[in-house]
Amino acid sequence: MSGPVPARRCAEEVRERVEALPDPELPVIGLGDLGVVGSVAPGADGVLEVEITPTYLGCPAMPEITAAVRDVLAACGHPDGRVRQVLTPPWTTDRITPEGRRRLAAHGIAPPVSPAPAGPVPVEPVAVPCPHCGSRATRPHSPFGPARCQSMLWCTACREPFPHLTAL
Amino acid sequence: MSTTSDVPAVRPGPPPDGPPPAAPDLALHLLRLGDDALVLGQRLCQWITRAPTVDEDLALSNIALDLIGHARALLARAGRLDGTGRTEDDLAYTRPERRFTNALLTELPNGDFATTVARQLAYSHYAVLYYEALAHCADPELAAFGARARKEVAFHRLHADRWTVTLGRGTEESARRMRHALERVWPYTGELFEEDEVLRRLAASGTVPSPAPLREAWLHRVTGVVTGAGLTVPTPTWTARGGRSGLHTEEFGPLIAELQSVRRQFPGGTW
Repeated sequence: MSGPVPARRCAEEVRERVEALPDPELPVIGLGDLGVVGSVAPGADGVLEVEITPTYLGCPAMPEITAAVRDVLAACGHPDGRVRQVLTPPWTTDRITPEGRRRLAAHGIAPPVSPAPAGPVPVEPVAVPCPHCGSRATRPHSPFGPARCQSMLWCTACREPFPHLTAL
Repeated sequence: MSTTSDVPAVRPGPPPDGPPPAAPDLALHLLRLGDDALVLGQRLCQWITRAPTVDEDLALSNIALDLIGHARALLARAGRLDGTGRTEDDLAYTRPERRFTNALLTELPNGDFATTVARQLAYSHYAVLYYEALAHCADPELAAFGARARKEVAFHRLHADRWTVTLGRGTEESARRMRHALERVWPYTGELFEEDEVLRRLAASGTVPSPAPLREAWLHRVTGVVTGAGLTVPTPTWTARGGRSGLHTEEFGPLIAELQSVRRQFPGGTW
């Protein structure tokens, strides 16, 4: 007999643990609050499958997320569990939970302001409140920020730059 | 570019009597789209540490990252469809130059910043239109890809639009450079909309839309931006072609050599 085999936990418990995993790029927010965890259920062959929707098609955090979810599966008694990347329906910033938005703001990242519009994506989001001082007197600095999903804004009241999770 | 999930998003599961008849055509078409995104992404990476400002450095590398993400999805699917079982990595890192099927536009050297902006203008307007069309195609996996990718390229398009206007309406020198850049790039835009037998069959069977009918809308949109920049859309007297059949420009070899060098020196290496 090798080491103790972890007790086999149910899909709902696996889901809770997966949702609690921090996002590698935005560790202040869990995968659940980011809205990237899809169904957690047994596949056709009875093996537990966890669905993950990437935020961006080229999201460089996917390998890390996949590895972390596999660790959770193994620790929950599903060493053969699978991680499935799904594209439908595509991820949008609307999938970030209210708790996720609160956590982002508390850590200096302005949450997405408007629901993603159906038409062209605005490069310059309007009136994003500053996460430091709350002022709405902010202006866009650069549509591309430190991570693929963020743009940079500038607060004219407290004179601090801040990242904004681009509504998409 | 390694596969990050255990199972593809939608398992195509070829029917017991072999792959559907459209599979080789679709594989080739996706290879072309994937090569466009991969090669343009690789080109844009050459701006890293060389862009005019740190914000532009981030912008161009973020755009490149998106494009490489698109390439991964498209090449992975092409490899599953063509029956060879090649992965996205196999396709990106082990094909020789002549096996790449990207449009020549995407491999053009970066030139000055205006040339890169002109190339981005042409490609991103085309990509928005084509991915929008793809989002409505019958194949669920491709439709999902199109729905997601069109939002990303719409962001790239706005970046290109803004810079076209900024340069066109900037100084005399920036306008001269933008005008020159449009003339340099424009003969290469026709190839994006080229329709051959493969595309005609795919469009006729309703598998995927052809880009050819989108050319008019594309021209209308880019003309709006270029006119707004105080410039005129060039009317080239010649059209570059050959990329789709593997005939590339002289500058393409070094680009692919750079892309593949590590993989060729350390086959199967991981880190």
